[in-house]
Amino acid sequence: MSDAATYNFGYLDEQTKRMIRRALLKAMAIPGYQVPFASREMPMPYGWGTGGVQVTASVLGADDTLKVIDQGADDTTNAVSIRKFFERTAGIATTTHTSEATVIQTRHRIPEAPLREGQILVYQVPIPEPLRFLEPRETETRRLHALEDYGLMQVKLYEDIARHGHIATTYAYPVKVDGRYIMDPSPTPKFDNPKMDMCPAIQLFGAGREKRIYALPPYTKVVSLDFEDHPFERTKFDRGCALCGSEGIYLDEVVTDDRGGRMFVCSDTDFCESQRAAPSEAGHGLHEVPR
Amino acid sequence: MSAQDDRPLLVAEGLSKHYGPHLGCADVSLDIHEGEVVAVVGESGSGKSTLLGLLSTQLLPSAGSVRYRMRDGEERDLFALGEAERRFLLRTDWGFVHQDARLGLRMGVSAGGNVGERLMATGWRHYGRIRAEAEQWLERVEIARDRIDDRPDTFSGGMRQRLQIAKNMVTRPRLIFMDEPTGGLDVSVQARLLDLIRSFVGDYGLAAVIVTHDLAVARLLSHRIVVMRHGRVIETGLTDQVLDDPREPYTQLLVASILQA
Amino acid sequence: MSLDREMIRLDAVTKTFVMHLRGGARLPVVNNVAFAVRGGECVVLGGPSGTGKSSILKMIYGNYRADGGRIDINGPTGWVDIARAVPRAVLTLRQSTIGYVSQFLRVIPRIGALDIVASSAREIGLDEPAARAKAASLLERLNVPERLWHLPPATFSGGEQQRINIARGFAAERPILLLDEPTASLDGANRAAVVELIEARKRAGAALLGIFHDEDVRDRVADRVIDVTKFAPEASAR
Repeated sequence: MSDAATYNFGYLDEQTKRMIRRALLKAMAIPGYQVPFASREMPMPYGWGTGGVQVTASVLGADDTLKVIDQGADDTTNAVSIRKFFERTAGIATTTHTSEATVIQTRHRIPEAPLREGQILVYQVPIPEPLRFLEPRETETRRLHALEDYGLMQVKLYEDIARHGHIATTYAYPVKVDGRYIMDPSPTPKFDNPKMDMCPAIQLFGAGREKRIYALPPYTKVVSLDFEDHPFERTKFDRGCALCGSEGIYLDEVVTDDRGGRMFVCSDTDFCESQRAAPSEAGHGLHEVPR
Repeated sequence: MSAQDDRPLLVAEGLSKHYGPHLGCADVSLDIHEGEVVAVVGESGSGKSTLLGLLSTQLLPSAGSVRYRMRDGEERDLFALGEAERRFLLRTDWGFVHQDARLGLRMGVSAGGNVGERLMATGWRHYGRIRAEAEQWLERVEIARDRIDDRPDTFSGGMRQRLQIAKNMVTRPRLIFMDEPTGGLDVSVQARLLDLIRSFVGDYGLAAVIVTHDLAVARLLSHRIVVMRHGRVIETGLTDQVLDDPREPYTQLLVASILQA
Repeated sequence: MSLDREMIRLDAVTKTFVMHLRGGARLPVVNNVAFAVRGGECVVLGGPSGTGKSSILKMIYGNYRADGGRIDINGPTGWVDIARAVPRAVLTLRQSTIGYVSQFLRVIPRIGALDIVASSAREIGLDEPAARAKAASLLERLNVPERLWHLPPATFSGGEQQRINIARGFAAERPILLLDEPTASLDGANRAAVVELIEARKRAGAALLGIFHDEDVRDRVADRVIDVTKFAPEASAR
């Protein structure tokens, strides 16, 4: 790529990447703990994954293969533009296949295909502080983390049950990491929470606007908070994907016309395609999706 | 007054607090026993709120110490406690009732959530049991059970104060600090609250430090009274003795200034 | 109980009020007070108004401070000088040993008359049913109409409040009972009821010390009258 010559590898300068790597190492050493870092201005607005992009830029090597997803899809604006960004600034290979990727940057999903050792999953995080909406003072939330004073988090779940009869939090569902820190898993659906637990891949979280990095080293215990009499439940779908027929995966609702027609399809586009491509799973592909 | 242990629960010695050149309070020593209610009275600026802040470890003293007999019987220097231990004490063995309920309650969290918070902070993880306990305490402070899911910002001033008390009492504290708990309430609402505090002190053997400028409140609730002026304790003793036979010129003035205590 | 045993012993007790709001004016009340009261007797403090009778009672109760001398009380764990006792010790004595009946009721808001009297009986260890039964019988003897029993006395007439107060004072049977004009402004029937209550306490061995302006009552209950004028400050060196 000719453009790559005009940028430092991965856009960020080496000093900045070293600074971020130091923060990442600290975050890996204290799983779930939010490490402050000197977040840089990126050539994209906050909310578009500036935290994730900085983390990705700092861990990418020349022979890495990058996959970027947004809500499970490789082909949405956000995913496409970040993929393009790294193609231009780092000249690295990209892919849409989970199994081929060494680094996966994600917004709001964890791929359906199991991750393996050697892979890095980078989450874009809008608000890293799980206690924020209960306790607006940052000085106080930090103290609560330091003292492991987490009654407040449980109060939020209590309020959910009191109001809705069940824990109504369906995304950004708080987890306890390695028996110590309470962590916001970013706005992924709670369906994905169990995938974080004992995951063989490295999971890194970057919040650009809030200037925080946190991490889960491979095989870290991640437990979703709950009550004894209202245990954590993974979202269940009462149907399979309308395209590939897979069951037990996370579905998106797609409106198909203006007469109330709708269908439920895999949110993970790569997974859906690979299922449909696999001959053993044939017989379910009802429609071909126009791409 | 119960006397399970003859040693004082809390012993303050030589407490002083300076705010720059200003004196918050000077050389205050005070014992509090289990089941004992001590009223701290004085005008605004007399140092009574500073003293409350020091005793409850919300403020650091310029000099002096506060020792407390923990539930395990061991006496500890409160200012040598780690933050985690101090907070644990504050949310289990102690209570704090503020004049402004917004400081003591989470206004955006339901009454049940407010009462349940201390339970959850100390490891309760069964929703049904937390709720049942919260219901009981709401009833005990005369808040209807069906208000359990309402937020305190829909409550009257008197109800908010009673909710604060329930929120504190749920872990059965041995010592409760109150800062003008009846301030700003209508007289009839005050009476109900005072009655409730009295019954809790009697039923649970609660010790309390109550800061008030209202001598009638002090007379109704407290066993002992501490009169403060210009940051110093100028007179202390049995409440009815100090109010009926005040010795110091300032106390005489204070007693003479009220309509009828 | 404590028949014939000394229960209260005063020695060289002095009291002077210093009125700081009136330029530090000194108002001597009593000087060199000395007497004792035994279990099973009713001693009456005599003398005109303003001679310090009420102040003496209040010092014995720990409500007023004594400036000098001793006020020894025979408590459950031995003699205690209430003039020097720490507040907790005074409260313990009031709880265990000394009862006090004045003619004024300090109203506790929102609590019904029967509950007020019963809670007093509970203070000395009666269980709830026994305390309520005791309270009911006292209110009945003092002719408090039953329709008032569950109402807070704040709204009662002065005479009714006074009778609630007397019932409260007699509900907790302690070894010492101080009576500060309990019969003032009571009618004949109720005065008689109070006299009966006092006699019952005497028979039970309590030490009673009282002020009665009503001569009739005084003559009926008093075993001895102590003339308080002999403790007048003018009578001794000042």
